[in-house]
Amino acid sequence: MVPTNYYLILSAILFGLGVFAFIFKRNVITIFMSIELMLNAVNLAFVAFSQALGKLDGQVFVLFVIVVAAAEAAVGLGIIILIARNRQTLNVERVDLLKL
Amino acid sequence: MPEQPLLHYLWIVPLLPLLGSAINGLFGAKRPNKYVTATAITSTGLSFLCALETVREFFESGQVLFRKEFFTWITAGNFRAGFDLQMDQLTVVMLLVVTGVGWLIHIYAIGYMAHEGGYYRFFSYLNLFMFFMLILVLAANYVLLFVGWEGVGLSSYLLIGFWFLKKSAADAGKKAFIVNRIGDFGFMLGMFLLFRAFGTLDFQTLFAKAGTWQPDAMGQFGTLTIACLLLFMGAAGKSAQLPLYVWLPDAMEGPTPVSALIHAATMVTAGVYVVARSHILFTHSPTAMLVVAIVGCATAFFAATIGLVQTDIKKVLAYSTVSQLGYMFLACGVGAFTAGIFHLMTHAFFKAVLFLAAGSVIHAMGGEQEMSKMGGLGKKIRWTYVTMFIATLAIAGIPPFAGFFSKDAILFASFQNETAGRILYGLGLLTALLTAFYMFRLIFLTFNGKPRYDEKKVHVHESPWSMLGPLGVLAILSVIGGWFALPTFFQGPDYFANFLAPVFGGAPEAAGAATEAATHQLELILGGVAFGTALLGIVIAYWLYLKTPRKPDDLAKSMKPAYTTLLNKYYVDELYAFLVVRPLLWLSTNVFWKATDVTGIDGTVNGIAHGAAAIGDGVRHSQSGNTRSYGVWVVAGAIVVLAVIFFWPGAGKAVWGLVR
Repeated sequence: MVPTNYYLILSAILFGLGVFAFIFKRNVITIFMSIELMLNAVNLAFVAFSQALGKLDGQVFVLFVIVVAAAEAAVGLGIIILIARNRQTLNVERVDLLKL
Repeated sequence: MPEQPLLHYLWIVPLLPLLGSAINGLFGAKRPNKYVTATAITSTGLSFLCALETVREFFESGQVLFRKEFFTWITAGNFRAGFDLQMDQLTVVMLLVVTGVGWLIHIYAIGYMAHEGGYYRFFSYLNLFMFFMLILVLAANYVLLFVGWEGVGLSSYLLIGFWFLKKSAADAGKKAFIVNRIGDFGFMLGMFLLFRAFGTLDFQTLFAKAGTWQPDAMGQFGTLTIACLLLFMGAAGKSAQLPLYVWLPDAMEGPTPVSALIHAATMVTAGVYVVARSHILFTHSPTAMLVVAIVGCATAFFAATIGLVQTDIKKVLAYSTVSQLGYMFLACGVGAFTAGIFHLMTHAFFKAVLFLAAGSVIHAMGGEQEMSKMGGLGKKIRWTYVTMFIATLAIAGIPPFAGFFSKDAILFASFQNETAGRILYGLGLLTALLTAFYMFRLIFLTFNGKPRYDEKKVHVHESPWSMLGPLGVLAILSVIGGWFALPTFFQGPDYFANFLAPVFGGAPEAAGAATEAATHQLELILGGVAFGTALLGIVIAYWLYLKTPRKPDDLAKSMKPAYTTLLNKYYVDELYAFLVVRPLLWLSTNVFWKATDVTGIDGTVNGIAHGAAAIGDGVRHSQSGNTRSYGVWVVAGAIVVLAVIFFWPGAGKAVWGLVR
């Protein structure tokens, strides 16, 4: 049996990678993927706690997160396609018109 | 159906003019003048007829005080002010004068205002004035009276400033309103004091309670004395007495029918009416009575001297009005309320004629008001001349015209006053001389002598019948209006005094036959003296202005300081400007406007707005539009929250508590 700590450490590493990529990447799709990575890192932590505590709550939460992530992916990809069409770029640094 | 149908629906009398005012004001603008005329004349005419009918019913009902509460207007604690109207002999006199003279002047105004713009507006205001004036005279408590009081002030303001594009007219309106505010301030304080002392402002209960009070001694400033003085302050404002008379001469900027109706016949007499109405309070305070008498007498003399040198035909009449109002207050001050009201009535007749005739002259001259540019008009506008001459005889005090009787009654009463009778009488008599002089000066300068206008340019024409008709009726009234008092000269009953006796208390009948005969003889002598004085005034005027037309200029030159002082109205306006207006203007400009309003209030409000804008301007830069920077903020925020939860003692528990 793998100790719970291992799962949590892996989850933290995945989350940190997600955050790092979220901040430093320029490509919109990469940023989007890093968000998915963070969500799944959290999912991992949920499942690990669920296993450790012997309760189902964590797994139920994971299902919710997956559903929300799917919805988010649908909307987010739609936005990305529109950006690509209108701006001919996926670089977020060049998509900064929403400022004063 | 009550026995006196209309008396129980007394509110119809004031309501009709209000209706006319509303119709003309709301719908008159787009209607032809004849509809406006019809509405205005019908509403006031009907009001007059209703007033006549109510008076008839009042007589029929036995002439006791009729009083009816129509609805309650204000209740607060034990204070009640209602829409209560009352009718007694004093009201009858005022009611008939207001509706009757008012109606005639409405008719006159049709002709006078025919070619003016804002015809509907004029009649709407004039009807509104009638409404408020009727409320004033019919009110059965001080609060409702004050409604009418302020209302006539408002209509007066609107009508003085009728030609509001003319700056002098707009200023005159404001002046009238503001000067009246000073008086009204006193009037309101008087009302508050009366309420504090008696717990009511209703005439009937208030006077009944006041009647049982111990009268203040001379020089004692008890509640009643102070209340009376405060009420008199209001009366002095409305009735243009010293020192608040300054607005009335300026009010001549309004159209002439307005001057006749509001600033001569009715509104300005409201102060006299209030003093007479509150006579029970005043008779309980000899100090207040003396003040009223002195102010009245001083005003009468003061205004008459200014009237001597004025060259504007309406200004002469304005100062004459101030002077005659002074007479009325003199009468009230010496306790002769009957004489005061009598003079109020006769004055309403002859002063209305004088103003309307002056209006007719101005109309004939095409708008010219300077008497120095008139002369010799008598032959061309004969009817105007005749009516104005009659009214002038009346105001000068020539028997048997109305003014003689009322003025004689006042002089007689002031002669009998113990406190300062001789001085008051002397000044009054001197004023009578001056009155006769300046009124005949007006007549001679306007109607007699050689024309001083350009006869080729000015086409002098007689006024239409709608103007001459009311003039004629009022002229007849100013002949016969004083004949109520005629029998007293033959030791008969004084009808007017007997009529008003239920209001003012019975005439002193107790005097023995011998003293009565002596008093009667005295009255005859004084009447003769007054007549002689008036004649003297006329003769001087005749000698100066017709016999030797150069003489007045020589006189003016030889007495230059006195002449210029009078011509500049004793510099009272300048004095007020220096003492009151300019300090107030300075205070308003520098303290209230610039310091308080601009710096203080606007500064605070604008400062907050500018501060918010500055903060926004600073924070705005965080909104770069760069998605990654937002991401950094989110991460930084999350890190801060986590750090707090982990490292702040107790914070973790608190958050846990919130989550649960």
